[in-house]
Amino acid sequence: MDALDLARWQFGITTIYHFLFVPLTIGLSVIVASLQTAWHRTGKHQYLQATKFFGKLFLINFAMGVVTGIVQEFQFGMNWSEYSRFVGDVFGAPLAMEALLAFFLESTFIGLWIFGWDRLPRRVHLACIWAAAIGTNLSAYFILAANAWMRHPVGFTRNPDTGRAQLTDIWAVLGNTQAWSTYLHVVAAAFITAGMFVAAVSAYKLWSNRPARAAGHAAGAAGREVGGDGAAPSTPAGRERELFRTTLRAGMVVTLVAGVLAVYSGDHQAKLAAAYEPMKLAAAEAHWETEEGASFSTFAVGDTDERLNVIDVDVPHVLSFLATGEIDGTVQGINDLQHDYEEMYGEGDYTPNVFVLYWAFRLMIGLGLFGVAVSALGLWLTRGRRLPESPWFYRAAVLALPAALAANILGWILTEMGRQPWTVHGELLTAASVSPGVSLGTVAFSLAAFTAIYGVLAVVEAALLWRYIKAGPSHVVPDRDDEEPGGQAGTHVPAFVY
Amino acid sequence: MELPDIWFIAIAVLWTGYFVLEGFDFGVGVLLPFIGRDDTDRRVMINAIGPIWDGNEVWLITAAGAMFAAFPAWYASTFSGFYLPLLLILLALIVRGVAFEYRGKGDTDRWRAWWDRAIFFGSAVPALLWGVVFGNIVRGVPMNADGIVTGGTADLINPYALLGGLTTLALFTLHGAVFLTLKTAGPVRARARAAATRAAVVAVPVGAVFLAWTQVGFGAGWTLPIAAVSAAALAAGAWLAAGGREGWSFAATAVAVGTAVVTLFGSLYPAVLPSTTDAAFDLTVRNASSAPYTLTVISWVGAVFLPVVLVYQTWSYWVFRKRVSREQIDPTPAYGGSEPPPAGGGGGAGAAPGGAPRGPAPAPRAAGD
Ligand code: HDD
Ligand code: HEM
Ligand code: HEM
Repeated sequence: MDALDLARWQFGITTIYHFLFVPLTIGLSVIVASLQTAWHRTGKHQYLQATKFFGKLFLINFAMGVVTGIVQEFQFGMNWSEYSRFVGDVFGAPLAMEALLAFFLESTFIGLWIFGWDRLPRRVHLACIWAAAIGTNLSAYFILAANAWMRHPVGFTRNPDTGRAQLTDIWAVLGNTQAWSTYLHVVAAAFITAGMFVAAVSAYKLWSNRPARAAGHAAGAAGREVGGDGAAPSTPAGRERELFRTTLRAGMVVTLVAGVLAVYSGDHQAKLAAAYEPMKLAAAEAHWETEEGASFSTFAVGDTDERLNVIDVDVPHVLSFLATGEIDGTVQGINDLQHDYEEMYGEGDYTPNVFVLYWAFRLMIGLGLFGVAVSALGLWLTRGRRLPESPWFYRAAVLALPAALAANILGWILTEMGRQPWTVHGELLTAASVSPGVSLGTVAFSLAAFTAIYGVLAVVEAALLWRYIKAGPSHVVPDRDDEEPGGQAGTHVPAFVY
Repeated sequence: MELPDIWFIAIAVLWTGYFVLEGFDFGVGVLLPFIGRDDTDRRVMINAIGPIWDGNEVWLITAAGAMFAAFPAWYASTFSGFYLPLLLILLALIVRGVAFEYRGKGDTDRWRAWWDRAIFFGSAVPALLWGVVFGNIVRGVPMNADGIVTGGTADLINPYALLGGLTTLALFTLHGAVFLTLKTAGPVRARARAAATRAAVVAVPVGAVFLAWTQVGFGAGWTLPIAAVSAAALAAGAWLAAGGREGWSFAATAVAVGTAVVTLFGSLYPAVLPSTTDAAFDLTVRNASSAPYTLTVISWVGAVFLPVVLVYQTWSYWVFRKRVSREQIDPTPAYGGSEPPPAGGGGGAGAAPGGAPRGPAPAPRAAGD
């Protein structure tokens, strides 16, 4: 164990942690803005409640995204000083643009949105949440362009005097095919996750307040009316069910649409990997030898020391198609690539961790698409005014949320570990990126400190989300019957939220 | 004046913006346990900075991002060389940011007491450490020819840098107290005025000595008047605050903070991180900067977008320009516990006397709206 290993663990842990919040922020900002737009357009109290309820959950998540993001920005300099020195010329520019174009927008308008409910004209207030949502989605582009550059470096030369990368074309960096392809894939994955979040929360609320239970409460017999048969809701409990039925379906629509985009862009990502980082794709497939018409492996048990697979269950030609778009295309194998790289870059191990990549790839697809499948099924089951009676659907919807989060993480593990041993593919090795002046003890201390504080905050965050979900929307905005004349109390909310 | 010099100035401007803005919200955090006698007072204080602290913090993110882009070697050496102080600052900013958002979302006194501590330490630690870090940057650190800082944390602890830390802590506390006199009403405002006087007793002499030391030890000719303005503005801010001239005193402390940062950057120039090992190893505006193309790109981006940012940030300060008072604080916490709220509850705050909303009232929903 040396400082390099710990620095890698620290970067891995802190970015993965950051990325637990990021997909929810990206997707929920747009979903909350859409709910508020629906309220603005229709004036239905239900949409106001939904905006505020999911808005609260969004803010609880957002706070964590912000504070963990600053760590990421500082970490490049703290742990990876030689990397920063080498790439700053190219990589710093999108980072600075992200702050100036996106983070200012996001943070200023979130503040205006949180505190502006009764100070800003309604339209302006609505525009604030949209500005924040745009800022968030814009920030993702810049950081992903920076990340894409590490996988497919373009628009630069190596300065012969300093040995450093030097930017020659900013448009090449921002317009990198890898950048927009990654952006589509990551944003699609984020919307799968955020849609599933909304659906999972709604499913939980619908199940825990199902009429059989609610019947025991004050709602009495009236609760039964709003069962699966779609009678008009006329009680607070009934109205709440109506609200969550709407958000359940909205969340599932988002997930389903995003799912299609994720598959499409994921296929493109695989093609780009085949072109720019063939070793990554080969490792993700445990594809040891070069082949024409290569098969896609669905299950393999390999021997990474002997560099071959002992058991392999394949689908013929699919890998070739995924990588090249032709069923008989050639897909290079790990062993040949290792050989080629040694010739190009000298002795060394250029093979990433095949076991991790192989399973990360499969689990990313499987776990991520699980939510998409649940959504497709759920939209069918809730068609008309139906709601399923059996618990299975609700359980599956709730489980699909952690599955989607896990798929996001596994996708990043695939991307980042698959790039090893490079930080900048073909240009800079991870081992040459680390800060030489920072000792093992220092990194160990900071790793321990971040892990401890992140652990505690994870528990606090989860507990808060849970409380607010359990308390339900009527705690954020009192329930009101839209039919009641003059029932305006509900639109009035405290200006001072902290 | 070439591009690297311009970017040196731009980075100084970003740090100045950061310290002037986040300086007062650090100060409010430091004063939380002293001025906030009860929960309502503390909420008055937190809500006074509530809508803007996150936007203020982005100045830091932008300053660091700009250093990375314009002076990669400066960013690399400084951030790895100041590892421990920056780690502590990060940890402080983490708990502080979360505390603002989460404090009101629990409903026990213990919950809020924990987050109050997080806000206090999360504000005091960076307020102190930024001064230590910048004191050391100006003074220089042991650094070899490859730009690798060779000294340990012990080297960062020296009288000049510690005085710098004390200066930022005291100065930000004063700046925060003055901000509270300007932005709150009632008992918090009264206590903030007393606190400003007390903070000034430390801030004025300590700040004056630190500025003098900087000027004598590291300053250039042209930084002398700037340092003098800073010291004078500091004293004037304290005096105006005592006299109840709240707007003017805030302007004065803002000038004091800003000119102090300019003095530090001015004393540094043309080095960006001097080496105490050998002056030949100094990182300078020339040898640490990016190539002209990168600098040109980010110059365009900065020239177009920084003004836009300034416009909407100013607008957000304008929207929240009213004083915050106890009457506006809803007695029930944001999270109402497990019972349903009383009919029509959860509202009321904005409608309380003195809190009359400026914008159109929370429009009663017109039919078909
Ligand atoms: C695909 C999207 C994505 C990725 C890969 C990253 N982030 Fe991030 N980041 C966001 C998307 C995002 C966001 C959605 O925009 C966040 C999350 C919550 C938030 O407030 O904004 C954010 C917040 C955030 C902040 C705080 C901004 C503020 O105060 O408003 C910083 C400084 C960073 N990030 C920096 C980074 C760095 C240096 C990363 C590289 C390792 C990184 N992020 C990965
Ligand atoms: C937010 C999603 C991300 C996740 C979950 C993630 C995850 C990881 C992981 C697990 C590693 C460790 C790999 C290893 O050491 O084997 C790593 C390394 C690294 N990543 Fe990422 N990453 C993310 C985004 C980014 C972005 C956007 C950038 C750049 C802008 C980036 C830059 C790096 C760098 C510089 C390393 C160096 C350390 C190394 O290669 O070991 N990462 N990342
Ligand atoms: C058929 C479906 C999918 C395919 C073929 C696919 C393919 C890929 C590939 C090849 C990469 C690596 C890109 C690279 O490093 O160059 C990747 C990364 C990633 N995947 Fe997927 N994916 C699919 C579905 C999903 C789903 C459903 C999710 C999440 C819900 C997801 C989340 C991610 C994330 C977050 C990354 C890292 C960012 C990136 O490099 O794009 N993927 N995917």
